[in-house]
Amino acid sequence: MTEHAMAAPLKQKYFTPGVLVLTALFGTAVVIALIRFVFGLGAVTNLNTQYPWGIWIAIDVASGVALAAGGFTSAFLIHILHKEEYHVLSRPALLTAMLGYTFVVLGLLVDLGRYYNVWHPVLPSMWQGNSALFEVGMCVMTYLTVLYIEFIPIVAEEYRDRVNLPIFKFLNKPLGRLLAFLDTKMGKIMFIFIILGVVLSFMHQSSLGALMVLVKTKMHPLWWSPILALEFLLSAIAVGFPMIIVESLAASRSFKLKPEMSVLSPFARYVPITLGLYLATRFANLTIRGTWGYAFDGSLESWFFLAEIFFGGILPFILFLQEKVRRSPLMLFIAALLVVLGVVFNRINVYLVAYKPVYLAERYVPTLWEILVTVGLVSGLILVYRFLVIHLPVIHAGRKSS
Amino acid sequence: MERRDFFKFMGATGALLSGTTAQAASHNPDFDPNEGVGVLTDFTECIGCRECEWACKDAHNMETPPLESYKDKSVFAEYRRPDEKGYTVVNRFAGKGCGEIDLDVKVQCMHCNDPACVSACIVGALEKQDFGPVTYDAWKCIGCRYCMVACPFEIPAYEYDNALDPLVQKCDMCITRLELGQVPACVEICPRNAMTFGKRGDLIKLAHQKITENPDKYIDHVYGEHELGGTAWMFISCEPFEELKFPKLQEASVVRLPESIQHGIFKYFIPPAMFYGFLGLIMHLTKPKSDESQESETEVHHD
Repeated sequence: MTEHAMAAPLKQKYFTPGVLVLTALFGTAVVIALIRFVFGLGAVTNLNTQYPWGIWIAIDVASGVALAAGGFTSAFLIHILHKEEYHVLSRPALLTAMLGYTFVVLGLLVDLGRYYNVWHPVLPSMWQGNSALFEVGMCVMTYLTVLYIEFIPIVAEEYRDRVNLPIFKFLNKPLGRLLAFLDTKMGKIMFIFIILGVVLSFMHQSSLGALMVLVKTKMHPLWWSPILALEFLLSAIAVGFPMIIVESLAASRSFKLKPEMSVLSPFARYVPITLGLYLATRFANLTIRGTWGYAFDGSLESWFFLAEIFFGGILPFILFLQEKVRRSPLMLFIAALLVVLGVVFNRINVYLVAYKPVYLAERYVPTLWEILVTVGLVSGLILVYRFLVIHLPVIHAGRKSS
Repeated sequence: MERRDFFKFMGATGALLSGTTAQAASHNPDFDPNEGVGVLTDFTECIGCRECEWACKDAHNMETPPLESYKDKSVFAEYRRPDEKGYTVVNRFAGKGCGEIDLDVKVQCMHCNDPACVSACIVGALEKQDFGPVTYDAWKCIGCRYCMVACPFEIPAYEYDNALDPLVQKCDMCITRLELGQVPACVEICPRNAMTFGKRGDLIKLAHQKITENPDKYIDHVYGEHELGGTAWMFISCEPFEELKFPKLQEASVVRLPESIQHGIFKYFIPPAMFYGFLGLIMHLTKPKSDESQESETEVHHD
């Protein structure tokens, strides 16, 4: 508890050369998005009848949701299992999840042909309970709201006693009182939202896999499986902690803070369990379905599969088992990054590589513009993250780099 | 000829009787797809005149080149697919016809009994009408294109170059014509009567009758009778369908498994509610005892 109370605004300067690069990348994405909104998806993407989905769905949406799993996995460990020793990781994970989902929605809006209808799934007259995508849509909308609610106390804590609006000065006092009220009272009911967040995450993380169960006749057997939903859920759980580790170490380096190794090293011991469970499920499934043969047939798919499983699964699993790795900031960062990239690779494989059009003319390769939008959205997320941790009590401060 | 007219009449009447606004789910258990309408295309009768392509565009108020221009046979050089500018195309398979002649093959939406596109659609913009056609309601559509990903026949096309009002485009079995008691435009214009419109159950009988009466002419396979739970549009041919670029598909419907997973996990919201309760119980049981004086165990206050 005392540790957590030390979360504080970092109060460092915002602009650095790196931030300028990210700003330029984000600006580029905005320009390309504008071109897309004026001239249509066809103007900037390689999407066609054979490949209706590209990297905006596979990376911006599917991988984005998976990588935001640090939110519910840490909420489960810290708030539901009461592992207080990891409290310092709670707020950064919450912020990452909140921004992750926000940018998932932004990415989705760029991809949706009729983005102005994005709210349609909430209308009972359009509910379509057979669709896994409907479930994803409803859960993501609800969960995003829950994440913003969970974030309110962080804002309230910082601003309750110093609301200072530029023009609407008469609002300062009532707003301050509201924030003070929220700050003292919200903790009492927060458990409702914390549990809800975990339940919603279980639901839509798995449904993102269930989506592709329907596509059986057009998917490579190395990735299609009736338990894709379970595999997506387990991989999301497996990537949650590594994502928190990557982000904590990256933030420490960027803000010149001492890496939180005293927390991260013991925290990393959970990864072999979650990652092992995911890998064991994949392997058992491949064995039961008798699809291992495809892994060694020398096709493009087989190489992508082997690379995904080895570099994103087996290798980091072995690394996380080593005490030496868990104690070294650099090694831990590499191991965690492998898991993160492995899950992104898995989502790309499931949504794009395993997907076999019936009348394939040529394989989908994203355009430079598609890639730049994806890169720009990630840059935008980092920019907002940096801004918020500078101004709000998110990161455990008071640990200047030695 | 007489038979064709009979089916025309039966089908159109059936369509009217069943009503056109039926909100049927793909798996409506009370709905017998054989009672709905469909079309049987006999590839051995097709001569590749492509007048059906013209009639289709004309019936859907699409940009329609003059009928004369469809005499151009150079389009057969490449295998073509239906797209956002035309719901049906005829392809020519040189030398694959009965007796070394060319075989012409018309493709369009199959109007599946268990349509994957309908199961996929997030807002119910795609619907399987009880009386046969799979239709699209652009007003609901959000443009996610999951229907295109899901379709096992790769039929729905998309207006990628339309920035403001892009539509999913596919054959609707001329539903507006059906509502007027007419048959689909392609069926009507066909000079060889290669297509028969009628009740799906009757079409299956007709197909098998044709095959039985001419065992040397046809291969013994009605494509669409069983594929993925059956389709409303079916084909008979003198050449195996895999040779004509049709996907070889399982008989079982692809929508049952994902739909049963979906309904199993979310049945009346009981499983998620139970999971919520379970997590709440864990949260309560693992609560540190020393915390009694604390106001809250979950979030923390400012210091």
